[in-house]
Amino acid sequence: MQRYSGFGLFKHSLSYHENWQRAWRNPTPKKKYDVIIVGGGGHGLATAYYLAKEHGITNVAVIEKGYLGGGNTARNTTIVRSNYLWDEAAHLYEHAMKLWEGLSQDLNYNVMFSQRGVLNLGHTLQDMRDIQRRVNANRLNGIDGEVLDTKGVQEIVPHMDCSANRRYPVLGASWQPRAGVARHDAVAWGFARGADSYGVDLIQQCEVTGMVIEDGAIVGVETNRHGKIMADRVGCVTAGNSGVMAKMAGFELPLESHPLQALVSEPIKPILDTVVMSNHVHGYVSQSDKGDLVIGAGIDGYTGYGQRGSYPTIEHTLQAIVELFPIFSRVRMNRQWGGIVDTCPDACPIISDTPVENLFFNCGWGTGGFKATPGSGNVFAATLAKGEAHPLAKPFSMFRFHNGALIDEHGAAGVAH
Amino acid sequence: MLHIYCPHCREHREEEEFHVKGQAHIARPLDPDSCTDKEWGEYLFFRKNPRGLHHEIWYHTTGCRKFFNVTRDTVSYEIKEVYKIGEQPQVVAKG
Ligand SMILES: Cc1cc2nc3c(=O)[nH]c(=O)nc-3n(C[C@H](O)[C@H](O)[C@H](O)COP(=O)(O)OP(=O)(O)OC[C@H]3O[C@@H](n4cnc5c(N)ncnc54)[C@H](O)[C@@H]3O)c2cc1C
Ligand SMILES: [Zn+2]
Repeated sequence: MQRYSGFGLFKHSLSYHENWQRAWRNPTPKKKYDVIIVGGGGHGLATAYYLAKEHGITNVAVIEKGYLGGGNTARNTTIVRSNYLWDEAAHLYEHAMKLWEGLSQDLNYNVMFSQRGVLNLGHTLQDMRDIQRRVNANRLNGIDGEVLDTKGVQEIVPHMDCSANRRYPVLGASWQPRAGVARHDAVAWGFARGADSYGVDLIQQCEVTGMVIEDGAIVGVETNRHGKIMADRVGCVTAGNSGVMAKMAGFELPLESHPLQALVSEPIKPILDTVVMSNHVHGYVSQSDKGDLVIGAGIDGYTGYGQRGSYPTIEHTLQAIVELFPIFSRVRMNRQWGGIVDTCPDACPIISDTPVENLFFNCGWGTGGFKATPGSGNVFAATLAKGEAHPLAKPFSMFRFHNGALIDEHGAAGVAH
Repeated sequence: MLHIYCPHCREHREEEEFHVKGQAHIARPLDPDSCTDKEWGEYLFFRKNPRGLHHEIWYHTTGCRKFFNVTRDTVSYEIKEVYKIGEQPQVVAKG
């Protein structure tokens, strides 16, 4: 792999940037692999990267039906934070946060991780009590967090309307300074390039259409373009399509797939240098480096696979943003899109073995899995390498929906992002 | 924006008047105490999540406030039929 550096940039400028090495190969699949990963989103690519880097397992293929990172990875609003309430979730997301902090160096790829802080606003007394409780829980888990009052919020976001006579006055917020945003495509590309450099085969434009199961154990997958490809273990990381994949393997998952939409505005001058989220008025906004406002809110109520949502949801989203920022009311929206998110009943992911031997699933990240990308890949790689759940992944077994050990993160998951 | 026919109001109304309430035709186990953890967990948490035809309950929240069933395609979002609670769907997935 050609390393990226300032010197390299200079050297290549002398040949008009025409001689850069391709970031990854485009191989024809082998007949058999040690591990096949289905789904080339951020989580699948991170899994392949850590399998190779930390466990020395390099005879690996990632099979992606579209292009790398073209699913929710490229459709999300890139908020990264780790201030979840319950220990299990907090540990998992904080594991990811620690990896984020060194990711650009580790991958030799600028993922533009920007720790600009995230505010979760409170508008009612109960909101504020919940915020106190969550911040205290975070601190006990070694996660940074502060409770701010109205004045503290106003200092960080001077352009937000924090006046007392609003319909939903801003009473305060939780503030995680280490939280922020990252460049979503770069995350997928960085992990892809890293995995490829260890010899992982990235197979694009190839859909997995069936699971080859013998005596209750998986031995390979059927594909539409390369027929059967065999493997000792298979990890399925297919986000919104995971319910369909589980059905192929003959079992059910407690997931429902919903459209989740986002919008970006025309680029404007710098006005917002942090991330503002509100569960109560239900919307969130940040500003990208390009200058556009990045806006999102709730899922569409109905289930769907159409990668688009309905207009009433967009209207509600913008109502919330204008409630918080009347100053944005005349900014024009540039683009709008949807992704299909796999929501779980307790708003926590599933990282788990399954009723089929040697088949593992990493899904159910729903509306908020981008922030977990490196951590998810890291613990799922360990799970695939050892054939049993990594300690951080253990509480997220799919069988918790049978034994009742749910991890209810609806509060901290909050507004869908 | 979906246009939904309410079988009680007998009119098409806009999606905003309604709320979707999830999968239809879920039968509560007759004797919960005799269920295994697996059966009870599946009743509580496991929903059909088909790519294609889906039968679901909708609620006419800001209209007549009554429930009814809808058969909808989850890829095209097209509504195939609307029928009352207690009735069975006419449009069903093959296989
Ligand atoms: C609008 C929106 C905003 C969001 N905002 C945030 C946010 O601010 N912060 C946050 O943390 N999270 C956010 N999320 C959630 C986040 O995007 C996801 O949780 C995360 O990206 C999931 O990553 P993934 O790699 O598991 O899934 P994906 O990137 O969706 O990858 C799954 C891949 O599997 C492939 N696949 C599916 N079926 C098959 C098959 N049969 N064969 C081969 N390949 C297959 C798909 O093509 C896809 O590329 C948002 C999501 C959306 C839609
Ligand atoms: Zn009605």
